[in-house]
Amino acid sequence: MPRLSADARHTIRFTLNGRAVEAQAEPRMLLTDFLRHELGATGTHVGCEHGVCGACTIEIDGATARACLTLAVQIDGANIRTVEGLAPEPGRLSVLQEAFRRHHALQCGFCTAGILMSLDNYFRRKPDPSEDDLRDFLGGHLCRCTGYVPILAAAMDAAKRLREAPTDA
Amino acid sequence: MKPARFDYIRAGDIAEAHTALAECGKDARVIAGGQTLMPMLSMRLVRPKVLIDIMHLPALRKIEASGNDIRIGAAVRQAELMAWPDLRDSLPLLKAALPWVGHAQTRSRGTVCGSVAHADPSAEIPLSLLALDGAVELSTRRGKRRVAANEFFTGMMSTTRADNELIEAVLIPKSQACTGYAFQEFGRRHGDFAIVACAAVATDKSIRLAVGGVADKPTLRDWPALDGTALTDALDAFAWELDARDDLHATARYRRELVRQMGLATIEEARKCRA
Repeated sequence: MPRLSADARHTIRFTLNGRAVEAQAEPRMLLTDFLRHELGATGTHVGCEHGVCGACTIEIDGATARACLTLAVQIDGANIRTVEGLAPEPGRLSVLQEAFRRHHALQCGFCTAGILMSLDNYFRRKPDPSEDDLRDFLGGHLCRCTGYVPILAAAMDAAKRLREAPTDA
Repeated sequence: MKPARFDYIRAGDIAEAHTALAECGKDARVIAGGQTLMPMLSMRLVRPKVLIDIMHLPALRKIEASGNDIRIGAAVRQAELMAWPDLRDSLPLLKAALPWVGHAQTRSRGTVCGSVAHADPSAEIPLSLLALDGAVELSTRRGKRRVAANEFFTGMMSTTRADNELIEAVLIPKSQACTGYAFQEFGRRHGDFAIVACAAVATDKSIRLAVGGVADKPTLRDWPALDGTALTDALDAFAWELDARDDLHATARYRRELVRQMGLATIEEARKCRA
């Protein structure tokens, strides 16, 4: 039974946006800090650090998760997706990201990475959500700029476009 | 906000979890989904010397029928129970209560048993377990014991679990014929902690109402099939007995009124959906 000592740094190996990566972490290191400080993946934002605001939402083994409620040592061997993995290629936005731009669904952008990750996961499970479904689902995220209406409009628009051209993610 | 230092043990099977708990149970915390433990670690409300991770034990990741009960293992996530095909037929109260647990983004990680272990007085899963006469299965190297929900929860975030015990599963009785189940909750925002939550179980001869968010643990009352003023009087007496306190979220008076109004509405809903 492996026991990782509190005072040492331990090697964590996992898949980040399709690439095998490894870095070192103490057992107490949060996944948010691990991604940002050890791997330089600063797209995942740190808001409340206790699971309420949703800014740090990522995908772990296909399910949404708050990175701030996860320890780096817990994700050894896992498959992680972050906002850096959304764009199909450099210089081109995903359908969802494009819809956010079109509808002015972000202002300061602090909450955006988490919301994009949540919606990206949700649309794959539920491609035809109602507005009520989306309102309920977006309740897991705090945005202090937009008033949520443009976010909802972008999400509805993206869902529609993804249904019409599902391969063009 | 960063957790204090701790050692991390990833248990490979149940025996390893038992050994770790036997060796350092007093200074250890078990982590499963981590959706309530991680904030407490980050805010340093708890400072364990050791964290024992039980999420890699396939034996704990099962939902199965066990006699008249549904047995839900300690590594079953809330989202997995929500997606379980028999939920509506076997556990209709949980079907109604689970959407109120946190948010979709936390239910995907948080476990059913973790919520029971944490024993927050406003939490939906402990309340449902109590309302349905469920039980908690605790185990050590030496064996298992089963504790009824009404004996398990002893107060604000405290239970009868001993330091060396692992919560291996919860057992929830399957829904009964000719019985209605309903769940209602009031909070500031959907996904926030409940100011008051009500679970009702109704037959043609009896009413049960369990209330969370008011006393220091979920609390229930049983009555015969009362109606009219007899029922509203019983609810009023219950509302006062819960000894509500003022806090940041609501006054005691407001909570009592929610118990009267939402308690009645939940009972009526349970009676309507009686099969």
